Amino acid sequence: MGTFLTNSSIGRKLVMSITGAFLVLFITFHMAMNLVALISTEGYNMICEFLGANWYALVATVILAAGVVVHFVYAFILTFQNRKARGNVRYAVTSGHKGVDWASQNMLVLGIIVIGGLAIHMIHFWSKMQLQEIMGNHENALGYAVTDGSALIAYTFSNPINVIVYLVWFAALWFHLSHGIWSMFQSLGWANQTWYPRLKCLATAWTTLIVLGFAAVAIGFYIKSLGCCAGC
Amino acid sequence: MNFTLKIWRQKDAKSAGKFVEYPIKNISPDTSFLEMLDILNNELIQKGEEPVAFDHDCREGICGMCSLHINGHAHGPSQAVTTCQMYMRKFKDGDTITIEPWRSAAFPVIRDLVVNRGAYDQILQAGGFVSVRTNSVPDGNAIPIPKADADESMDAAACIGCGACAATCKNGSAMLFVAARVSSLAKLPQGRVEGARRAKAMVAKMDELGFGNCTNTGACEAECPKAISIAHIARLNREFLSAKLKD
Ligand code: HEM
Ligand code: SF4
Ligand code: FES
Repeated sequence: MGTFLTNSSIGRKLVMSITGAFLVLFITFHMAMNLVALISTEGYNMICEFLGANWYALVATVILAAGVVVHFVYAFILTFQNRKARGNVRYAVTSGHKGVDWASQNMLVLGIIVIGGLAIHMIHFWSKMQLQEIMGNHENALGYAVTDGSALIAYTFSNPINVIVYLVWFAALWFHLSHGIWSMFQSLGWANQTWYPRLKCLATAWTTLIVLGFAAVAIGFYIKSLGCCAGC
Repeated sequence: MNFTLKIWRQKDAKSAGKFVEYPIKNISPDTSFLEMLDILNNELIQKGEEPVAFDHDCREGICGMCSLHINGHAHGPSQAVTTCQMYMRKFKDGDTITIEPWRSAAFPVIRDLVVNRGAYDQILQAGGFVSVRTNSVPDGNAIPIPKADADESMDAAACIGCGACAATCKNGSAMLFVAARVSSLAKLPQGRVEGARRAKAMVAKMDELGFGNCTNTGACEAECPKAISIAHIARLNREFLSAKLKD
């Protein structure tokens, strides 16, 4: 029964849309969680402890990784099939089409930037926290406790180069999701003329909120690292 | 008006093609685009050259035969009209106009600007019809159909099968065409009964013929001469997915 998920175009889009929706929900949660770090160091580290190397956090990590892998693999399959369908001979003259957003034509490139940022992010955080815990360490190479997420954030974002790299990553994510969020409703068939303006508005608002939340933490900790607000 | 035409010339499906430039003079602004090509062809024949092959039939926007990718747009720069419904006043005097055939792997070039759009016929043959017995014309009021449904069905039925959707799509996807056909029948009681079978059969044929996966760019809707909405693609997705989940 499930073969249509691999061998029909609409089935493949369903997989893209469900894995995409799952990642959007995760990333929304992650953004909300990060905001805690701006407010309370202890609060944030409590969340980090809760999401350490225990069975439920590990199960969630594996499911999440599977979601990213499936979305990524399908993105490449889709894009290669589409290039083949387009054919080898291209138009000599092309021009933009009214109402077609740039992001919708560049989802793979944007996704690749997103995964690149994800790899850097995993090295910065995951490899120094959950991975160390899995390996049985209580401290990482930087000398922080493996659940001291706040210290790691402060350390990472005291470096302005990291701040810029993360901001580029967030920008790519913004474009990817500004199309992706309404597109996933369309792929599921949950859209019509009345709902297009609403879905597109929802997509823009949601992705802007996610990106602003993440950016606030990166920039906030960079400003704190300058030490100009000694009180905080 | 005077123009420089840059036209794709290709002897047959197997030969390599190239652009050839033709100057054309004294064209009235009220000449239709296809009449302008007729004038060019007359001049070519008088000079003993091969005329430019291009598809056309009704010349009133109903048959879907005319195609042509003109200055980067399927059916030219006008919105919601076919190539045959476009006039030279749409261009500026002295313009260079580039004319190309549809470019999509499923629509191979046969000669010059003519492509084989048989793939769309094959998709229609796979399920774009009603096979229930409807007998002779019934009383118009015997089957009440809500006005909104009838309107939506008619909007989708406006599709003329021209191929501009797949020719415009960066993914070479035929979804707008298939969606228009599935949607126009799904909204009427006679078509509704075979809705699930139709969606599955037409999508299977579309995939088999090598059309791409829709990524919801909306370029098809922007270039469709009948302004068919991608809301019909959402309905096709619903029809197909619910049919598959019920299997
Ligand atoms: C791993 C790197 C990624 C790649 C290569 C990638 C690539 C793609 C591609 C090619 C599409 C297809 C466009 C479409 O079908 O409309 C897509 C859709 C989508 N992506 Fe990603 N993406 C990546 C990561 C992400 C992440 C991290 C998220 C969420 C935070 C995400 C959310 C979405 C959504 C919501 C869609 C729309 C699904 C749909 O149209 O049905 N993607 N992605
Ligand atoms: S949907 Fe529009 S562009 Fe596609 S075949 Fe029908 S009329 Fe032509
Ligand atoms: S020639 Fe019939 S639609 Fe243009």
